[in-house]
Amino acid sequence: MTESSIIRITGPVVEADRMRGAQMYEVVFVGKDELIGEIIGLQNDTATIQVYEDTTGITPGESVKRSKMPLSVELGPGLLEMIYDGIQRPLTELGEISGDFIVRGVSAPALSREKKFHFTPSLSEGDEISGGAVIGSVPETKQILHRILLPPNLSGMVERIAGEGEYTVEETILWIRDATGTVQELTMLQRWPVRVPRPIQSKLPAIRPLITGQRVIDSFFPIVQGGTAAVPGPFGAGKTVVQHQLAKWCDADIIVYVGCGERGNEMADVLRQFPALVDPKTKEPLMKRTVLIGNTSNMPVAAREASVYTGITIAEYYRDMGYSVALMADSTSRWAEAMREISGRLEEMPGEHGYPAYLGSRLADFYERAGRVKTLSGEEGSVSVIGAVSPPGGDFSEPVTQNTLRIVRVFWALDADLAHQRHFPAVNWLLSYSLYSDLVAPWWEKHGGSEWGKMRLDLLALLQKESELEEIVQLVGPDLLPEEDKFTLNVAAILRESFLVQSAFDPVDTFCPPGKQYRMMTLIHRYYRLGRRAVRGMTAAEIQKLPVTARLSRLGPMPHEEFESFYTKVYDEIVNAFPGGED
Amino acid sequence: MPPLREFQSVVRVAGPILAVSGIDDAGYNEVVKVLLPDGTIRAGQVLESRKGMAIVMVFGGTRDLDCDITAVRFTGRPMTMPVSKEMLGRIFSGSAEPIDGGGSVVPEKEMEISGYAINPTKREFPQDSIETGISAIDGMNTLVRGQKLPVFSGSGLPHSFLAAQITRQARVRGTDESFAVVFAAMGITHEEARFFIEEFSETGARAHAVIFLNRADDPAIERIVTPRLALTAAEYLAFDLGMHVLVVMQDITAYCEALREVSAAREEIPARRGYPGYMYTDLASLYERAGRVKGRPGSITQLPILSMPDDDITHPVPDLTGYITEGQIVLSRELHRKGIYPPIDVLPCLSRLMQGGIGEGRTRADHASVSSQLYAAYARGRRLSGLVAVIGDEGLTDVDRLYLTFLDRFEHEFVGQKRDEGRSFDETLDRAWELLSIFPKDELRRIDPKYIDDYYRGGTG
Repeated sequence: MTESSIIRITGPVVEADRMRGAQMYEVVFVGKDELIGEIIGLQNDTATIQVYEDTTGITPGESVKRSKMPLSVELGPGLLEMIYDGIQRPLTELGEISGDFIVRGVSAPALSREKKFHFTPSLSEGDEISGGAVIGSVPETKQILHRILLPPNLSGMVERIAGEGEYTVEETILWIRDATGTVQELTMLQRWPVRVPRPIQSKLPAIRPLITGQRVIDSFFPIVQGGTAAVPGPFGAGKTVVQHQLAKWCDADIIVYVGCGERGNEMADVLRQFPALVDPKTKEPLMKRTVLIGNTSNMPVAAREASVYTGITIAEYYRDMGYSVALMADSTSRWAEAMREISGRLEEMPGEHGYPAYLGSRLADFYERAGRVKTLSGEEGSVSVIGAVSPPGGDFSEPVTQNTLRIVRVFWALDADLAHQRHFPAVNWLLSYSLYSDLVAPWWEKHGGSEWGKMRLDLLALLQKESELEEIVQLVGPDLLPEEDKFTLNVAAILRESFLVQSAFDPVDTFCPPGKQYRMMTLIHRYYRLGRRAVRGMTAAEIQKLPVTARLSRLGPMPHEEFESFYTKVYDEIVNAFPGGED
Repeated sequence: MPPLREFQSVVRVAGPILAVSGIDDAGYNEVVKVLLPDGTIRAGQVLESRKGMAIVMVFGGTRDLDCDITAVRFTGRPMTMPVSKEMLGRIFSGSAEPIDGGGSVVPEKEMEISGYAINPTKREFPQDSIETGISAIDGMNTLVRGQKLPVFSGSGLPHSFLAAQITRQARVRGTDESFAVVFAAMGITHEEARFFIEEFSETGARAHAVIFLNRADDPAIERIVTPRLALTAAEYLAFDLGMHVLVVMQDITAYCEALREVSAAREEIPARRGYPGYMYTDLASLYERAGRVKGRPGSITQLPILSMPDDDITHPVPDLTGYITEGQIVLSRELHRKGIYPPIDVLPCLSRLMQGGIGEGRTRADHASVSSQLYAAYARGRRLSGLVAVIGDEGLTDVDRLYLTFLDRFEHEFVGQKRDEGRSFDETLDRAWELLSIFPKDELRRIDPKYIDDYYRGGTG
């Protein structure tokens, strides 16, 4: 057979001939530097390849080698605490090989081949097992027990299993006789093609909120474990800070953070902060539950396209062990743009705004990999996906935002005006929504209090009322409003400044436990309800001057321990401040 | 010696692009020399290569080219530039030819101008705040070493004065480390270019400045390489010689137009407003070259300047820039008309790296809350002044009136300053407290009470 060779190069897209037999999405090695690429089009014996590295200097005539494998990730113990590029090359290890800058043609295995893990088998010889069965386990970190699973497509009888001991990921730990009678040898290292969702038994309905410690999210627009959310916003509205806050404080077991086409200094910030921050639940450094994928904006565009798939496959792998996993993708717009760039080079007929016609289906495929599931081994696991969207000019009518909104069930709309006033998180309460609020109400009623659902609706209605009144104020000025409406505006201001504003940089306020959220909500709600009754006898200005009004500002930064007694005191004060008291 | 790869087979010339037939092994991004009929030589770069054909972009433009005599010589290497410490104090053209009458630079090193991405794990998170002496920046949008902070401006606004003032005044407190300025001009007028050169000469910055000039009447396509040359020089100074480099690039909009011209000539499918779909990636390949590297003393701080067509911040150039850079400084025509210099509209401004660069031990402990309070107060003042324009000021409360007073004094006394006035961080913050003390204490809800005790100057309020 004659060797395949390059016939055309245009940016990250390369065409090669004599490729008969090659498959779509097969990985190939391009040119004399053997740059990693993936086949994205076939015509007769010509293949179109997207190359995951810079193609500078490649000439027609150089060879293309086939791997006969689809683009896959390595799965096994040792993924946690790693930082990878979009095609799972370990960046720390690359740095050791090639220095401070990323050069072409270097690679290193995604999982360490030398490191030994303590493996404990959970099967015995003669066991009949099928895909997804737990072979054994490895304590990957103090908190995370890494379960080694039989690959989904395999089943048979255990011929032999390694005893408890220290093994590298390449040593055989299981010999299994499959249906054809051949014995297959398995290691802890497994591979899975990134574009194929890992199989499950069934999807389950979501029931439990994913607690993030961010008040506007948990209390007003909650997301569930296994849910999907989108955070669109113009630049400077704080998408990345929201994503970082969720990655830091949400109560998932595992975090996969995909920095897709974003800033290098932001990744440096994550790498600086995460090892130092402590998970409130486990008291371990946050890094110990995190896998980072960093394909910054100046790294090759095709690898950016692959990065979200790499991330979600790793997330599914931990889900299959029975963990709740949260994946943050920042930003899916850069991913969509990478698709557009590749599509443009392929001279495909464009859809809206130059994006390929398959944009919507690709986004849907990606978000549909989220969910709470029953795994093959019968465990429960979940993958929650939170995608940032960067609409050009902050215009939510553009195709990426619109296609995303058709799929996701939570929408946190970030607002430039709020950001300009330094109201962070700049989640616009009128535009945002969550379709999970009814689902999580039972949880909140159990862990917060029985009035959660009602208070939430009352307070959202208060904000809606505020915006209507603001329009009137724009026309007639504030002093013509009835006292009751003036009071409404005052309470809405308290709700915004004291409850919705939450500083990510304040050591206390950065994470607000659900109990405190509920109590803060209760205080404001009670003040609102009793005050509204009292305002028939008092003016809004008089109420504003009550000492209890001032106590409602700066609730967030108050240390959680002090808040408990403060709450009881202020609750009574509110009841006593207004004539009529508790109803 | 490799065989000479020279071809006289130009088959098509369209805009800045030409197609050469007969070549089988042109390397992607390889540099070519285009030999014109009259003997002059222009540089170009391979944009697409296939068996028997190469598509070449000519930096000097395609004027005077023909299809018979013009020859194209393929050099077999990517575009590089010679770098040396001697570049300091020199002026180069937009394609790195000396134009100050001096000889060519004796290279200490040849560097690829496209650069390599810094491995994110090797980045040092930028935290050393730079005192620019401009209150609106230092107080509310602090710049740090290794940051990329663009100035969004419009035609007729004094962005050049501001950039020159920052270049002149910028320093890091408590240090006198060696620093350098790299100035890349893309499509700016002779007038503006002269202003910068004179400014640098007068202030003594010339000796440690490297200047690359592509003026408005220089070939447009050359603008695609100019910022890359400048950033390569900056990388050499910063990461090889350990200097702190401030890179000023003006005007990014002209750069993007050159990019659009090439894309249009190649008949690519455009994204928004005719700009190519890969413009985000392309701009990122410039902006992401700012930063610090672990274990190396130097830094690259970028101050790109771009003019927003029709003052439209949603135009693709400022929009994509804002998504890549770590914040932005936005100039306002309204403030400019009011006679305020620098006319910085702080509301849409942002410095993403500010939090790490301020506070106790860096600037001052009260810095973060003062900044937040200024934002809240100014935003409210602006909203009220909009209201007054519609309904008059009869309906306002006393507190509302304080906000209007604050609004006016803030714009004139805090944002406004003289062109030769540099304020220290302390001066800027003290000035802020003077203005915040207009309000009674309980209006200052964003400030920790302990700082109010220390700095508040009003009555007992």
